[in-house]
Amino acid sequence: MKKKDTPDEDITKRGLTRRQFLTTMGVGTAAVAVSGSRPGHAAEEEAVIKAGEMTRITLNINGRRHRLMVEPRWSLLFLLRERLGLTGTKVGCERGECGACTVLINDVPRYACLTLAVEAEGARITTVEGLMKGEELGPVQQAFLEEDAFQCGYCTPGQIMTIEGLLRTKPDPAVDEIRTAMGGNLCRCGTYTHILNAAKRAAALKRKAGGA
Amino acid sequence: MSEEMRKSDPPRPWGTTTIIGKRIPRVDAYERVSGSAVYPSDVTFPDMLYGAVLRCPWPNARVVSVDTSDAEKVEGVYAVISGRTPEADILWPYSKEISMKLFDPVCRYEGEPVAAVAAATPYQAWDAALAVKAQYERLPFLADERKALDDGAPRVHEIGNRVTPIQTYERGNIERGFAEADVVLEETYRTECEIHTPMELHGCVAKWERDRLTIWESTQGVYAVQSKVAEVLGLPLSKVRVIGHYMGGAFGSKLQPGKYTIIAALLAKITARPVKLFLTREETFLAVGNRPPANMRIRAGVKRDGRLTALHFSDLGTGGAYPAGGTAFVDWLAKDLYACPNVKTELSDVYINAGPSRPFRAPGHPQGAWALEQMMDALAEAIKMDPVEMRLKNIPLHSQARQGNPPYTTTGLRECLVEGAKAFKWQEARQRAKESRHHSHLCRGVGAASALWVVGSGRPPSTVLVKLFADGSANLNMGASDIGTGTKTVMAMVVAEELGVKPEAIQIENADTGTTQYATPSGGSKTVPTEAPAVRAASLSVKEQLLALAAQDLKTEASALALRDGEIISAADSSKRIKISDVTGLKEQGVLVGIGYRGPNPADKITCPFSAQFCEVEVDTKTGEVKILRFLGTNESGRVMDALTYDNQVFGGITMGIGLAMTEARVLDVAQTGKMLNRNWHDYKIPTALDVPPEMVSVPLNLPDAEANTTGAKGLGEPVTIPTAAAVANAIYNATGVRVTTSCMTPVHLCELFARTKQTGKEKKEG
Repeated sequence: MKKKDTPDEDITKRGLTRRQFLTTMGVGTAAVAVSGSRPGHAAEEEAVIKAGEMTRITLNINGRRHRLMVEPRWSLLFLLRERLGLTGTKVGCERGECGACTVLINDVPRYACLTLAVEAEGARITTVEGLMKGEELGPVQQAFLEEDAFQCGYCTPGQIMTIEGLLRTKPDPAVDEIRTAMGGNLCRCGTYTHILNAAKRAAALKRKAGGA
Repeated sequence: MSEEMRKSDPPRPWGTTTIIGKRIPRVDAYERVSGSAVYPSDVTFPDMLYGAVLRCPWPNARVVSVDTSDAEKVEGVYAVISGRTPEADILWPYSKEISMKLFDPVCRYEGEPVAAVAAATPYQAWDAALAVKAQYERLPFLADERKALDDGAPRVHEIGNRVTPIQTYERGNIERGFAEADVVLEETYRTECEIHTPMELHGCVAKWERDRLTIWESTQGVYAVQSKVAEVLGLPLSKVRVIGHYMGGAFGSKLQPGKYTIIAALLAKITARPVKLFLTREETFLAVGNRPPANMRIRAGVKRDGRLTALHFSDLGTGGAYPAGGTAFVDWLAKDLYACPNVKTELSDVYINAGPSRPFRAPGHPQGAWALEQMMDALAEAIKMDPVEMRLKNIPLHSQARQGNPPYTTTGLRECLVEGAKAFKWQEARQRAKESRHHSHLCRGVGAASALWVVGSGRPPSTVLVKLFADGSANLNMGASDIGTGTKTVMAMVVAEELGVKPEAIQIENADTGTTQYATPSGGSKTVPTEAPAVRAASLSVKEQLLALAAQDLKTEASALALRDGEIISAADSSKRIKISDVTGLKEQGVLVGIGYRGPNPADKITCPFSAQFCEVEVDTKTGEVKILRFLGTNESGRVMDALTYDNQVFGGITMGIGLAMTEARVLDVAQTGKMLNRNWHDYKIPTALDVPPEMVSVPLNLPDAEANTTGAKGLGEPVTIPTAAAVANAIYNATGVRVTTSCMTPVHLCELFARTKQTGKEKKEG
């Protein structure tokens, strides 16, 4: 109970193997599945990672460089929300099922809950805050506003990032392409019909503004 | 002032409106799409800790021991609490009858809290929670409500497995009614248990300043959280402030605080630090509510002319391990949706070892509709009548289930069916579907269902303040939460309508027990009809005061003045005019404050919203796959307040209903462990963008209900989801001739039914 709260101090040597760590985090196979370069049976030989060990990383978020000390197990989602205060990115499941935490990594929509902060080094990370031009909404955000493409609004930043990512690679998507792109973002309020309308409007707004 | 407002006659209904009824984007849309809206789960403090809860892994177990010594040694841990912690040894009143402890020594469902920790990061909190060594004595469990009343069934509580004696309702004489019928049908139906899973997790941030507690909670009602927290912790209401400016969905599951709220407050107290405690997604599947499963039976009689003669309805349901309304309102539609002189219903609510229910969007109604609306379809076929036409033969103008058979203020059920069928091109679609069959394994079908929602009238109490500043801009202060239905927007529109300011120019304070007025939780489709009349009354009070002050400047009677576009103008002499910002009395006073109260509902009448839905499906009889091609929802909810958010609500309700129909079902391992087997969105599938029909149509019937309240609006959020699942089932029957009586209609389930039907040839229903 009387522990110091600076986790980089060598107080407990409570080591975790990578396998134990994945199990502990309750992400199991899902996490393994995203880190495709890992060999299949390597867990036993892997180095021990201490829970409190901090690593220095530099992340490029919304065009700014952030030098950070992170635990290797921290997700990008946790880092964005709880350490950098970028709470536009939401937490819905922490297991890659709902898309509330969708951000762009090198322009591609990715789940920040399944991305370790250390993995994101060297990439361009864009969050919903990064779509703003100062205080002005970006075209996808504006389209969501005009089409009433949300209710409670909690899945909305993730939905917006997914549509943004789609339009960056496909400025004029067909309806079925939009629906498929939306497939990884849940909305329990059920506003998909309006989100689809917003996506179409966003594509038009972006074209009007002269592309992405 | 307030007494005057209470006594004065209610204002007349609106005639032509300038803002109400328009398609207006939400006043808080910018915050929600920019990411700047601060939801409770977004709240952070520099010295904040994170909570995590260790939960019982078994459906029924006695906690033998809890060893927290290892957990306390985990890096970053500040506190570990359990039932043995003196501060945490407190009661959690479940209902008036049953109380349990916060960390109860007997865990009657999987997911009961056993211990909790606070640590510097959530990772460390989970390291510690998992390091708590809890030992359990596993007890026999009951996970299937259908076996709850069997001899020798494990007892959830010592008193037995019945929550209450069978609840019976009766009017007329059903045996006489069945004798009069030309056709009598009988069928059993079941809907599976559904989990709310709103996008924002359940939880809060708790922060103390000595003996004053502030809680940022994801909730539908800040005052409901305040009163329960104050009760459990023994604090005066004035020491508990609850804030919930934004919240990420609930559907009934956040009408009340949870044990997590108290645990967060205790951890914050013990550590003298703010504590954020939000559940994991998995925990929300287990421990914060569900829509109870329903096991229903209907016997129904009808005359050849389509009139119902008798309905006998029963339901066995469960609210889980504690009294939680396991059968609440499941029989309401059988009792009240259609005119029928002879009705009997019986409800059996039983305990099982599973997470307690919480109200879920239109409690009981979608289940009852699943049974009743499929039965109506079957009866219509039996008497060779169009199912929409048969419903039109049974439109009630009274709420028959209520004492004294009171009339409805308005009933749009007929209009919903007629206008909906017209817009859907029901007859043509039915004919087209009929012709499409027998040509291939892809069968088209259409289905309809209708509904009413038991309340949706709104009611007192509600208190609202509207302030007019010296420059003519305004402030709206109300306690109600905006749970995503657009409450803030609709209320701003009401102020704008009365005071002539733009909705987006109104500052809104809401959902904060420290600074806003008392409101009941937002739920039950009662928020608009409850709050809007209070907002209108407050706005009118401000206007009355403003005109009185302007009359002094203009040297005329206030009654001769009107407020238009920021100016006060004499009706008789338009040269007599003054800008709001020039009114001397307002400049001197600085602000005008209007207080509005929600007046009573009409004494001898009942107000309910009505709806009807129509859908077209294509069923692959080889694979069991169903494509829902289009859906149309017609709603009569009185006056349409914001046509844009109205349509959104309709589509959202249909989408949620498609979940109940097609994919959603809690699966408990009834035989081996009693544990829930699909506690995540991968295994428990809710509708995605790909499950929503390409064609969605909303047909709002704008029929202001002058008697209901001073705005003419009724509730909308529940009726939009009640008939959906039944409409899909009827469409699948229309397409295939197979009656699916048990939800949900997955390909696996349908394939089994199709195969069985093929084998038995004539058999057309589930056996």
